[in-house]
Amino acid sequence: MRVGETKNRIFKGLTAIASASVLVIVLAMLVTLIVQSLPALRHFGLVNFLTTADWNYALNNFGALRPLFGTFLSTILALIVAVPVAMGMAIFLTELCPNKLRGTIGTALELLAAIPSIIYGMWGLFILAPFLEIYFQPLVGQSLGRLPIIGSFFQAKLAGGVNIFTASMILSVMIIPFISSIAREAMAQVPPMLKESSYGLGATRWETLRHVVIPYTKMALAGGIILAMGRALGETMAVTYVIGNRHAALDSIFSPYTTITSVMANEFNEADGLKLSSLFALALILFLANFLTLSIAKRLLGGKK
Amino acid sequence: MDNLKRRKIVNYVAMTLAGLCAAVGLVLLFLILYNVLVEGIGSLRLRLFTQDPAPPNLPNVGGLRCAFLGQGLLTLVASVIGVPLGVLAGTYLAEYGRNFKICRLISTLSDMAVSIPSIVIGTFAYAILVKPMKVFNGWAGAVALAIIILPIIVRTTEEMMTMVPWTLREAAFALGAPYHKVITSIVWRASMSGIFTGILLAIARVAGETAPLLFTSFNSNHFQLDMSQAVPSLTVSIYQYAASPYESWVGMAWAAAFVITVLVLFLNIMGRVIIKLKKKD
Repeated sequence: MRVGETKNRIFKGLTAIASASVLVIVLAMLVTLIVQSLPALRHFGLVNFLTTADWNYALNNFGALRPLFGTFLSTILALIVAVPVAMGMAIFLTELCPNKLRGTIGTALELLAAIPSIIYGMWGLFILAPFLEIYFQPLVGQSLGRLPIIGSFFQAKLAGGVNIFTASMILSVMIIPFISSIAREAMAQVPPMLKESSYGLGATRWETLRHVVIPYTKMALAGGIILAMGRALGETMAVTYVIGNRHAALDSIFSPYTTITSVMANEFNEADGLKLSSLFALALILFLANFLTLSIAKRLLGGKK
Repeated sequence: MDNLKRRKIVNYVAMTLAGLCAAVGLVLLFLILYNVLVEGIGSLRLRLFTQDPAPPNLPNVGGLRCAFLGQGLLTLVASVIGVPLGVLAGTYLAEYGRNFKICRLISTLSDMAVSIPSIVIGTFAYAILVKPMKVFNGWAGAVALAIIILPIIVRTTEEMMTMVPWTLREAAFALGAPYHKVITSIVWRASMSGIFTGILLAIARVAGETAPLLFTSFNSNHFQLDMSQAVPSLTVSIYQYAASPYESWVGMAWAAAFVITVLVLFLNIMGRVIIKLKKKD
């Protein structure tokens, strides 16, 4: 009997240590990132660091504004494209798709979400970027590009298709399966009774979706979108391939630019001193952004239950 | 009647748009697979697996043998660290600590840690393992990958074990089994297939990771499996080769991309099959 008790204690201790390790690792990560980024934050000042656009090795002057804006803009553009497509997909899969195909397509989508991001990056560089440059850029350049004032922002640029727009499109392709599978799951949770009542009143499929399904699932849908946003913020390889990592003012959405992750992937290896510390500060921003988006998403996703 | 017609048209248009969205999305996603297949198989040569990297200007020599082995080694070491730690941690959260507040916190934290950008984990491994040693090393890469695996396994283990009904445990307790015996021979066995699937999916995720290796284990062009040095990596090689101006290297990057995609998809499908088989029982 006593032997069993001792063994139980040992086992309990082991598992307790293992679970504490998760806490320790996350805290250690936070502390390490703060300590490593302190030299830069002290030297430039937090507010100054966040609002400086310059990223200049020669002058040893580093600011986070451009990478931050690049990450923000590429994520927003990606969401603008991905959300409607993913919603359409989810609607198709829950409402229109024949039952036999539903499972297969759903699984295929989930498998596509598992493909490593470097593969998406390669595809973006060799297939999507040239395609967008040849067919899509002239189209936009000659329509939106002709508009007064904002027109210059849509000017076509010839740089091999390496630009922030291509990066956003790759991001949106990557998050489409993600959003649509969350949306699909949420829509499948709607009690059939609710939908049937709506049909019983004579509503069409679209009206039922619009007035019953979407209001019922809106929290989960918002949660899914925010989760996808978190994923897009931290996506590295796919973006790094096609963004060009150029530290200059953004003059068009078809110009090369930079994001937090691309500047890290490109410059971390050769960095030292203030530059390295600035890169750690960018990592810290991403780390905090992850926990922020996740806690918002969790609240939204949990809210319905 | 006119109103009805209008509503029907609106419905028809909306549903067609949804169908179109689905079609566009599916076509795009399958186009990726198609391109990787065609380009990859087109440049797949046996020497990819049997030879080490060679200069790009030499015709018909050079492969990525060391990169395959290096990537395998890194993934293996990461799994050896991350899997047991994760399973044990998940066990504590689901069993001994199920009523503790701190364990709910750890559980939530793991949930969030799953989506920490992998490049951020790379910077952490760099700060604790590369900076002090002043040299890129395999341990740093393996630790970074292990940190990515850990929360995924913690969460799946916890979830799978929580799903095991309490009556099973009570039956074992009634026979006089101590708690650790109940866990190892009852709860673990009941949730084995789920935990195993979680492990497979976690390994599939890190097998294709690039970002956390960039400044930890980095890459090497030589047959070099010493973990205290830079270790060759398949994904980092893909990254470097694809961005190079040499046609032969780009071809090799496609071939390697094809192999890694097949491997990752295979692991994912295996995981799903295991769950399906279990459900049938």
